[in-house]
Amino acid sequence: MSYIIDRRLNAKHKSAVNRQRFLRRYRDQIQKSVSDAVSSRSIKDIDKGGKVSIPTKDIGEPVIHHGNGGHNTRVLPGNKQFSTGDRVNRPEGGAGGGGGKNASDSGEGEDDFSFTLSQEEFLDFMFDGLELPNLIKRQLSGIEEFKKVRGGIANEGQPGRINIVRSLRAANMRRIALTAGKRKRLLELEEQLDAIDQQEESSRDLLLREELIAEMAKISNAIKRTPWLDTFDLKYNLQIKQPIPRSKAVMFCIMDVSGSMDQATKDIAKRFFILLYLFLQRNYEKTEIVFIRHHTSAKEVDEDEFFHSRETGGTVVSSSLKLMKSIIEDRYSPNEWNIYGAQASDGDNWGDDSASCKELMSDHLLPLCQYYSYIEITPHDHQALWRTYEEVHEAYPDKFSLQHIIGVEDIYPVFRELFHKKVA
Amino acid sequence: MKQSKLSSSLLFTSSEWSFDLIRECDQAIGEIAKEFGLDTYPNQIEVISSEQMMDAYAAVGMPIGYHHWSYGKQFLSTENSYRRGQMGLAYEIVINSNPCIAYLMEENNMTMQALVIAHACYGHNSFFKGNYLFRTWTDADSIIDYLVFAKNYISKCEERHGISEVESIIDSCHALMNYGVDRYKRPYPISAHDEELRQVERAEYLQKQVNDLWRTIPKSAGGKAEKNTPRFPSEPQENILYFLEKNSPLLEPWQREVIRIVRKIAQYFYPQRQTQVMNEGWACFWHYTLLHEMYNRGMVSDGFMLEFLQSHTSVIAQPAYDSPYFSGINPYTLGFAMMMDIRRICENPTKEDREWFPDIAGSNWNETLHFAMRNFKDESFILQFLSPKVMRDLKLFSIVDDDHEDKIEISAIHDEGGFKRLREILAGQYNLGNREPNIQIYSVNVRGDRALTLHHTMHNRKPLADSATEVLKHLHRLWGFDVHLHSMDGDEIKQSFHCPELDE
Repeated sequence: MSYIIDRRLNAKHKSAVNRQRFLRRYRDQIQKSVSDAVSSRSIKDIDKGGKVSIPTKDIGEPVIHHGNGGHNTRVLPGNKQFSTGDRVNRPEGGAGGGGGKNASDSGEGEDDFSFTLSQEEFLDFMFDGLELPNLIKRQLSGIEEFKKVRGGIANEGQPGRINIVRSLRAANMRRIALTAGKRKRLLELEEQLDAIDQQEESSRDLLLREELIAEMAKISNAIKRTPWLDTFDLKYNLQIKQPIPRSKAVMFCIMDVSGSMDQATKDIAKRFFILLYLFLQRNYEKTEIVFIRHHTSAKEVDEDEFFHSRETGGTVVSSSLKLMKSIIEDRYSPNEWNIYGAQASDGDNWGDDSASCKELMSDHLLPLCQYYSYIEITPHDHQALWRTYEEVHEAYPDKFSLQHIIGVEDIYPVFRELFHKKVA
Repeated sequence: MKQSKLSSSLLFTSSEWSFDLIRECDQAIGEIAKEFGLDTYPNQIEVISSEQMMDAYAAVGMPIGYHHWSYGKQFLSTENSYRRGQMGLAYEIVINSNPCIAYLMEENNMTMQALVIAHACYGHNSFFKGNYLFRTWTDADSIIDYLVFAKNYISKCEERHGISEVESIIDSCHALMNYGVDRYKRPYPISAHDEELRQVERAEYLQKQVNDLWRTIPKSAGGKAEKNTPRFPSEPQENILYFLEKNSPLLEPWQREVIRIVRKIAQYFYPQRQTQVMNEGWACFWHYTLLHEMYNRGMVSDGFMLEFLQSHTSVIAQPAYDSPYFSGINPYTLGFAMMMDIRRICENPTKEDREWFPDIAGSNWNETLHFAMRNFKDESFILQFLSPKVMRDLKLFSIVDDDHEDKIEISAIHDEGGFKRLREILAGQYNLGNREPNIQIYSVNVRGDRALTLHHTMHNRKPLADSATEVLKHLHRLWGFDVHLHSMDGDEIKQSFHCPELDE
């Protein structure tokens, strides 16, 4: 007798817990592998899940077994040319002969152990241990964002929301309260009637008896007439609107597109911006991005133009800062928005512009921003802009930071450096 | 006319499976199996998806397992190679329990389902029920129960003591799992209910025993007493996990229970490790025989047989030693060839067979096969039944690889002079005692630093692999004091491992 059971609808991810355990245990190795992957990936795939590898030796489960050496005998199939007593050289690489056992132990041999992470897991590892600095504003923003929650019982409401149990209970209470005196009187009368009925027939006060009966009938009638359900018995379920706290962030990406920025430098800047964007997205429900590019004058552009179009000319950094300031004033009230700025440049700036940058930055932008980061992508020495910004950094160490990037491989470490959790 | 008559007796013609078809097919196979005298546990056939099959894989086939990262690792690597198409999933997994649970994958077509039913539900199932090792060492009725207990117990421990704490104990136990088996004593049957009742009692009792062993009050001063102190343990112990569970000085009761759980599970798998060739050979033999019988009775079509034979042959393929696909002797091939050959010897013995197997040549093949299935394990089965014909067919030869020689010697091939030697060597290859290093607990320094000393008795001068150092760390974690391991060749110490490492 056999039982046939369809288990296909059972939970599929029985191993999910074990998988999590594995990821938890090898957190550090996986993190390293993820950070390598981030540096080497193409920009389009940067947030995809994907294959990560960690060295097999790190995750081994040791058991005791024989090593090479000693006197080994072994039976093998498929003899073609040997006869008893033949002597042959040991095969190269240990396969086949005495060392064969090791090779078959673990399918992949000494390679790395590789497996696939989902997008969510990948991002978790990517941004693990990072936080947004100065995350204070969680401003309630206006319209539309309410949710309805139950708020107890009310005396008024729509017929559809009548709470039947509570209404009937109220009606019952009212009836008991309104008729209490009458029922008490009714009981008294009954007792008097009983007393009369127990007297000898001859001595009964028949007139009084008649009166009693008439009064009792009147009272029972009055009790009966008490309304069973009255309008003020009705109770309604109350729903109240609760505003949903929402946090919104806007990120300003500012990039120098002057002639001195070549494609490779722009590519580095782009990777940095994308990382920042992904990170913000995980922290805020609503993230907006404003792209500003500048040479001698600044312009707000869409993403495509930001990354792809080419312009040439000199560089005036302050133009972009001015634009950022006016956009903030126009559209992103600092009361409602968390404002982040990220600026990438190769460090070139018009000779005497740096001073006005400093002024704009310290006096106007930084008081509005949560955080402003500046990365300089250049293999050369720093110029005036870097030194100016260093002064800003000293004045606002919490809000302003600057980092130097030389090649693609620096991006992720620099990014981690900018956002790593600061122990309070 | 003839055509329609024929197709009406066919069980199925489409390649799509359905629950009705599976039920009918199982019934038909079951009836034929009964005629052949296969005695089985009731079957519980579960249809699962490929993801669930990967889950089952990761849990080493246990339907319920405690959580541990190593199963997650297993799952990830299975998933990875499956997704990349490097590896197909096994057609079936069957669990030695009563009722016997067999998994069918929904992706397979009807032919494969029939093959799996014959192979797992009647082949493996009857082997689990009949073979003496399984009868002695495992308790099919209670294993599921026990696994439930183990899982619950371990998750309770995790709640109480933290995941990392429990994990590290299990890690250490897994490293020593192969040394957690009683080879000669029969274990008591276990059930979840009793186990829970006994667990508390055992924990208290054990702790008392341990404390007694480590009584710290000195009996008498001076070295005189030390000479008279009997060695502890009085006999070398081969079940290292058992020894630790009972005697390790610093473990908490729950840690002892975790050791016990791993030990019990190791014990449960112990027969499977010793009967791989026989078990697979038996199952392959019966799916082959049963499905052929169905064909002879006109229950399945020619197309079915072709498809079935194709997957059958790929399962029992044996690449030669120099092929890139070679990874040792395929237990399916060897087992199937031997089982088929026993039947041949019984039915059509040659002169050679009469010489080699006077007892079974010409006997009833089914009885002989059942006898072999019931009373042997791989080692003794090969020693007893490997015939010259099978050795010739597989072109077996043996090599001697000695590190004192600079060349490998071919010590025997499939010829008249070599059969006996080949058979002995091959049987030895399946002896777990030879395959795994022989390591026993030798002594404990009870009066001194409580160091634990183990001896590895070398077999054919084979040294231990370097992984021993790692394993020793795990042993050290469970023991709590110094651990020494000596590789002994005779009375001579060839190699020593210490944890913590000795300063020199």
